[in-house]
Amino acid sequence: MLASERDQLKAEIFKMAKKHDQHRSGLIPVLQHVQNVSRHISPEAMQDIAEAFKIHPVEVQGVVSFYSFLSTEKKGKFIVRLCRTISCDMAGKEAVANQLENELGIEFGETTDDGMFTLEFTNCLGMCDQGPAMLVNEDIHTKVTPETVADIIDNYRNRFGAHVTQGEHA
Amino acid sequence: MSNNEKNTKFGSDRAPASSVASSVEVAKNEKDLGAMVAINIDGNDLKVPFGTTILDAAKKLNIKIPTLCHHEDLKVAGVCRVCVVEVEGQRTLQAACAYPITSPMSIKTYSQKVRKSRRHNLDLMLKHHVGECYSCFRNNNCELQTLAKEYGVDHYRFGHDTEPHHDIDRSSYSVVRDMNKCIQCRRCVRTCIDLQEVGVLEAVNRGPDLDIDTFASMPLGEVVCINCGQCINRCPTGALRANDPSDEIWAAIENPKKHVVIQTAPSPRAAIGECFGLPAGTSVTRELNTAMRRCGFDKVFDTNFTADLTIMEEATELLIRLKKALVDKEQVAFPQFTSCSPGWVKFLEHFYPEYTDCLSSCKSPQQMFGSIIKTWYAEKAGIDPKDIVTVALMPCSAKKFECNRPEMQDSGYKDVDYGLTSRELAQMIQETGLDLPNLPPSDFDDPIGEATGAGLIFGATGGVMEAALRTAVEIVTGIKTEKIFENLDIIPVRGFEGVKYMEIKVPAAGPVPPILSKALGGLKDFSFLKGATLKVAVAHGTANAKKVMEDIKAGGKFSECHFIEFMACPGGCLGGGGQPIPTSPEIRAARTQAIYAEEKTLYSRKSHENPAVDLIYKEFLKDGPCGHKSHKLLHTHYTKRGCKIV
Amino acid sequence: MSKTDKKLVIFSDIDVEKALKSALQKSRPDLINEVRDSGLKGRGGAGFPTAVKWNLAAAAQGDRKFVICNADEGEPGTFKDRLLLTDYADQLVAGMVLAGYAVGAKEGIIYLRAEYAYIRKDLEATLEKMRGKKLLGKKIAGKDNFEFDVHIHMGSGAYICGEETALIESLEGHRGEPRNRPPFPVTVGYLGCPTSVNNVETFITVLHIVEKGAKWFKSYGTEKSTGTKLFSVSGDCDKPGVYELPMGISIKKLLETVGGEDAKAVQVGGASGTCVPRKDFDRVIAYEDVSTGGSIIVFGPFRDMLEVAVNFMEFFCDESCGQCTPCRLGTETLLEGLDMLDEGKCSLKYLRELCSLGETMQVSSKCGLGQSAPNAFLSIVENFKSEIFDSRCTCR
Repeated sequence: MLASERDQLKAEIFKMAKKHDQHRSGLIPVLQHVQNVSRHISPEAMQDIAEAFKIHPVEVQGVVSFYSFLSTEKKGKFIVRLCRTISCDMAGKEAVANQLENELGIEFGETTDDGMFTLEFTNCLGMCDQGPAMLVNEDIHTKVTPETVADIIDNYRNRFGAHVTQGEHA
Repeated sequence: MSNNEKNTKFGSDRAPASSVASSVEVAKNEKDLGAMVAINIDGNDLKVPFGTTILDAAKKLNIKIPTLCHHEDLKVAGVCRVCVVEVEGQRTLQAACAYPITSPMSIKTYSQKVRKSRRHNLDLMLKHHVGECYSCFRNNNCELQTLAKEYGVDHYRFGHDTEPHHDIDRSSYSVVRDMNKCIQCRRCVRTCIDLQEVGVLEAVNRGPDLDIDTFASMPLGEVVCINCGQCINRCPTGALRANDPSDEIWAAIENPKKHVVIQTAPSPRAAIGECFGLPAGTSVTRELNTAMRRCGFDKVFDTNFTADLTIMEEATELLIRLKKALVDKEQVAFPQFTSCSPGWVKFLEHFYPEYTDCLSSCKSPQQMFGSIIKTWYAEKAGIDPKDIVTVALMPCSAKKFECNRPEMQDSGYKDVDYGLTSRELAQMIQETGLDLPNLPPSDFDDPIGEATGAGLIFGATGGVMEAALRTAVEIVTGIKTEKIFENLDIIPVRGFEGVKYMEIKVPAAGPVPPILSKALGGLKDFSFLKGATLKVAVAHGTANAKKVMEDIKAGGKFSECHFIEFMACPGGCLGGGGQPIPTSPEIRAARTQAIYAEEKTLYSRKSHENPAVDLIYKEFLKDGPCGHKSHKLLHTHYTKRGCKIV
Repeated sequence: MSKTDKKLVIFSDIDVEKALKSALQKSRPDLINEVRDSGLKGRGGAGFPTAVKWNLAAAAQGDRKFVICNADEGEPGTFKDRLLLTDYADQLVAGMVLAGYAVGAKEGIIYLRAEYAYIRKDLEATLEKMRGKKLLGKKIAGKDNFEFDVHIHMGSGAYICGEETALIESLEGHRGEPRNRPPFPVTVGYLGCPTSVNNVETFITVLHIVEKGAKWFKSYGTEKSTGTKLFSVSGDCDKPGVYELPMGISIKKLLETVGGEDAKAVQVGGASGTCVPRKDFDRVIAYEDVSTGGSIIVFGPFRDMLEVAVNFMEFFCDESCGQCTPCRLGTETLLEGLDMLDEGKCSLKYLRELCSLGETMQVSSKCGLGQSAPNAFLSIVENFKSEIFDSRCTCR
């Protein structure tokens, strides 16, 4: 991350913390924000967040490592979360999982080289009557099959492409 | 309301769990009780104050409930589930340490269900506890081992890892972390975050992956650890230990070319007996001298000598600061902070680096001793300092870091070669087979074995302040201190209250003694202080230190103090991270009593009356306290570390 | 959408604004008494009487009190709250306003699980709409001394935060680790203030009860388990979905309703519930028999029950907060045991030891998660032992 980006993020962190009176109840909203904008929460960011809330960096790390939607490792632009819990499992999640790996060329827990997709398992998504279910960022996809997986992924890939600026192409 | 207060009120000072049992109001005085609750434990009737925990209630009946994650000094966690008991009418067992009694109940502490659960939970903990008892420094002093025995663990019911899953972290000069032995009771976490407010260790991840980790998994030597070792004292297993130099010390002792000298701090002598089965609070000063000689140390000296020297230097430094401020009208940093506690020093360097000017430039007694040994003593004894090995017996793990600070080589050599804890010396003595409690007593070696009671009380919180005041008051007023403080006891700075504060009005002005006249620029007397009110404070444990520092930052009452004593460890040095395990408020109180009792037996209780101190200023540090030579050998500087590590 | 044709209680028609306004005309005690008389128990799964909870929170000392909606629906096989949050959000908020009124709280929080982030926008819109109608904010329904507002707090992916004290820890910016209890949140809750944490369905049910009367509500269900309940039905059945059914319905009847008559077992209550084998299908779903927060998972005749047990146990290993010994290491040990069974390498002696460990977890874990984590293991091993051993023989 560029120094200026870090400064900008730090300013945002401090602004948000101030909004919460620097009270720790504002910690998780700030973490969620940082996760959203930089796709992970770096040690530098954790340190800044700790400073903003007057707590210790290791406490921030304790919180980040507790929640599965927060991470210290950089995630892809799109996080594909396939439900692995019982009903989706019984509805054929294994075949979908297999096909997702094929389409993306990565295994679960990995991120594509272009930084576009991260593939993860997740626990019950609350779509048990329409499994297998899958979350891509905040979008829910239900009754996913090995055949439909490719289209879903392509859709995101294209959507991202449309937003790519000239500079990023080069 | 400041943010700080807000945080405390809302329990945001971390700790789920923790705050809970204490959040129920417990009446302190039985007479004032609004409500007593009638309970029955294992068939015994008892009335307890509303809100008493089951564990405390059982203690009153002398019923022992085993505990593991519970520690008297720490917030309640209720996570190990070893202290579970059966409460009649409840489906689940309750953690005795965390369950406040608020209504009449009947409790069984050792029913079949209870014993089975405890055994299972122990079996589970032993699953990943990698390490053999006989190769562990906590062998025979391990809470997990004791429980395993008490609950009849004769095989590993759910398996037992034999391959370590963590590398041992030896990066720190002071603390060694072996997470293979960790059972995730989180006592170290609660010690580091709640008790000491240093914040190095915390639980990370969840479920079976839960670990105790440092920030960004950095080695302990690279994070904001202050080396206080309080986590070691509270670890129930051998996961945390001090960096033990005894092999190297033995090697030096065996080496005929080396002259091995040991200095002993005041606190170990009041505690080391605990390692030999003596009750806490048994002083074994003179027996210990014999033991160390028999171990092979060539000379046994008393760190209290340099404690007395510290008082001379530090009191002089204070008087110089006061003169500069009041007479010369110069900008001087106030309050002056003591610098004897290396844990506190590193705490300040990390968390309050902007205040390093307030720290007294005096080295700690340990380091003063080192440079004196390798200069004055070497000269007097006619030994080449390169052949001298200085060992410091300390109650402290941070002293190991301190002696390795790069600036601590003013003698031209590493001033102190090894910091040795009370526990480690006890181990050395045990290796020799010596029966410490029953050894013939012997004295310290001259001349640096000469010390006063003032040096001795350095071991207890408030001791440095009391010693400094005994000397400063007498010098400034020209009146014998005992005329001002009855029996020379300065009670307001004693005791375990977290932060102590005291004001002393200067009733008279004495003449500047010749020894100080150079340091004070030819000042004749102390009339500039007559009628002034000297404000001093004492804080022990870095959580309390933090309170004082925040108050100073905010311009509160402590910012108006002239002199503040800070000790990193709760209770002061006697509660240090190198002292015998276990520790508790009672144990620390007993050690304190031993120190104050021994003090009464000494020929003098004022540092400036120490003849050896007199001698060293006559013979060696000829330009007096804070003079040129003492600045070179006895004073130091600090590093603004800050707390950013990435 | 709901699969139930008959609109019984929760799905019955209601004019939210009118219902809320008329409910607020009642005195606080009257309101709570109406809920008490209905016999309503918490719909999240634990089944604590709602009126008792509210009474305790109302009686607790504190200038500041909170009402929290537990929308951290994470129990495997449960999705009825997702439906309610999507289609009945105004009823939910109205129920929260009633709770705020009853306990004396001005602040409400919806703790919405991260997985439901896509619902947030509509939920915010509902809140805004209700503010516009003066059903949220100051002087609600013209009552001078009553104000109440709600904000949404997003979860970050942790099943354990459905446990109320873990939820509060999470709200306070901590790891979602359950607290020691007592004290309970009704006296020492969010920010140390009295707090009532209730399930989504509970709030909505209250709105209907207060509008239509306790007596009407009690005309459904059994004596100890009054009213109706939403069931999230999934697994091997023809018509999975959300059903509103009276409490006390037998499993057999339920299976007929959802088209799962040939099931060999039903998991009632999700991963933390119990596995009921076919021979016990006459048992009824009620607090006094088989209790559930709504999750019903049907296992067809061809299902490998050991695989089911493994899936559940993996879930708990992943979602245990890890603070207490029996849950942190017990879940792991039971999972290892299941793997041994799968490989045909588990002695019966060791299996008995594992079952005994399961019992220890049930009684000595710190919170409900650890206490219920072994349930599925124990009930599946008990009921399908021969199936497991027959299908995995090493001499094969």
